[in-house]
Amino acid sequence: MGKRSSWVIPYFIFLVLFVVLPLVLIAVYAFQDSYGHFTLSNIFAFFTDPKIVNSFLVSMEVALENTLICLLIGYPVAYILADRDLNRSAVTAMLFILPMWINALMRTMATAEIFSWLGIHLGKGTLLFGMAYDYLPFMIYPIYNQLNKMDRSYIEAAQDLGATPSQVFRKVTLPLSMPGVVSGIMMVFMPTVSTFAISEILTNNTIQLFGSVIQEQFYNMMWNQGAALALVMLLLIGLTTLLPGGKNAAEQEGGLI
Amino acid sequence: MMSARKIISKAYLWMILAILYAPIIFIAVFSFTKAKSLGNWTGFTFDLYTSLFTGANPASASLLEALQSTLIIALVASVVSTALGTLAAIGIYNLHGRRKATIEFLNNIPLLNPDIITGVSLFLLFVFLHVSKGYVTVILAHITFCTPYVVLNVLPKLAQLNPNIYEAALDLGATPMQALRKVLIPQLRPGMFSGFVLAFTMSLDDFAVTYFTAGSAGLQTLSTYIYADARKGGLTPELKPLMTIIFLLILVVLAVVNVKAFKKNKNKNKENR
Repeated sequence: MGKRSSWVIPYFIFLVLFVVLPLVLIAVYAFQDSYGHFTLSNIFAFFTDPKIVNSFLVSMEVALENTLICLLIGYPVAYILADRDLNRSAVTAMLFILPMWINALMRTMATAEIFSWLGIHLGKGTLLFGMAYDYLPFMIYPIYNQLNKMDRSYIEAAQDLGATPSQVFRKVTLPLSMPGVVSGIMMVFMPTVSTFAISEILTNNTIQLFGSVIQEQFYNMMWNQGAALALVMLLLIGLTTLLPGGKNAAEQEGGLI
Repeated sequence: MMSARKIISKAYLWMILAILYAPIIFIAVFSFTKAKSLGNWTGFTFDLYTSLFTGANPASASLLEALQSTLIIALVASVVSTALGTLAAIGIYNLHGRRKATIEFLNNIPLLNPDIITGVSLFLLFVFLHVSKGYVTVILAHITFCTPYVVLNVLPKLAQLNPNIYEAALDLGATPMQALRKVLIPQLRPGMFSGFVLAFTMSLDDFAVTYFTAGSAGLQTLSTYIYADARKGGLTPELKPLMTIIFLLILVVLAVVNVKAFKKNKNKNKENR
């Protein structure tokens, strides 16, 4: 037994070099000025620079709205797909997951093209539509999976005991599907905050999300300032993984096929 | 007789599907006409397809180059990830306690990190190590976010494996290398395959990590090419036929893979009942 555990060593070294060290470097650069001296000004900028504060608040707002839209549209889809009386075909479920596999930038460009063809002005509305369009499958998939795993006998038991359909949903189905909902929220919320190209294409660069600000700072060689913002985002992610279901989200993402 | 509930849910599903696929179909339709601006139909023609493959204008030549880089990067990254990830999974499966938890935690980081964090952190690593950015750095970066998928796809297969088979091979005189090649790998193949496919598509799909690790020497993948195009404000017309071809290829490949998997699952469910 013991010997085969050593097979993990190459990957462990790889992880330290390409995952741990780079994350440590983000923290190191965040607390340095461009001459390599210790400073807190990059971190302070997150709280004081109006442009950064503003884009952070806008990102949070857009991400919240997008997550809510995806949840409201996606939950019924997942529910119908997982219900054996309503949907028997596995192919329909697959059709909803397929768009995830197509380059997000391509899909976004196509969406933006449709908007301009229809003469719709690019802005907040198109941003939300395009984001929901990009992230909907990521909400549907984990909820569908969770509902599919659910033991049907709970529902039957509730029905036998006289629960109305809406009671069955509120007291049995919904609580049992919560882990999937949490995974879905995580797979939609953080990526929305951090996108940059997608929001630029969908708003003609009129709305800057947090990801765009980070990208812009690196583009302008302001690595230390960019690293500080990346560090803030990293802390946010760290906090969300502490929520129940954080680990679940990673596993969901790993088993998409 | 369909119940009203069933009709409403079917209608809902198909409406959402129609919206999801509309842009893709839109691009595909207008790949068969020559007009520069989308939505402007000037008659059916294969012109864009021919100029895409002959590289007739400079834009389509660099598009083909970007396509080639994308495929090379995806292929190398997913092959290396599959090898590294499979070995790692076997190792992790044989670890216990805190060590196992540590590796599993580290393995989850690239999955949970948004692309931009992975991209920025690797950008800083290559700056810090004074490595000039190009093919090598992009491939290393892609291996970083692809390998966790392989690990997560191989681990469940290991759990299903009879642990005695490997020991039996060793007892019968196989070297560990032979036992790996002839006993373990054939049994792990389905997990390795789905891990490989995931890694390959993740690499194809990536934009943010490539953007930060490709450097300024002119290396472009499809994603960065499209981004540059979008910044300039106009799509290279040949992108439409290329997108159409890629859409179709991915649809076919994933349809085949998934239908097989779904059928297997269905049979399994039936047996269990």
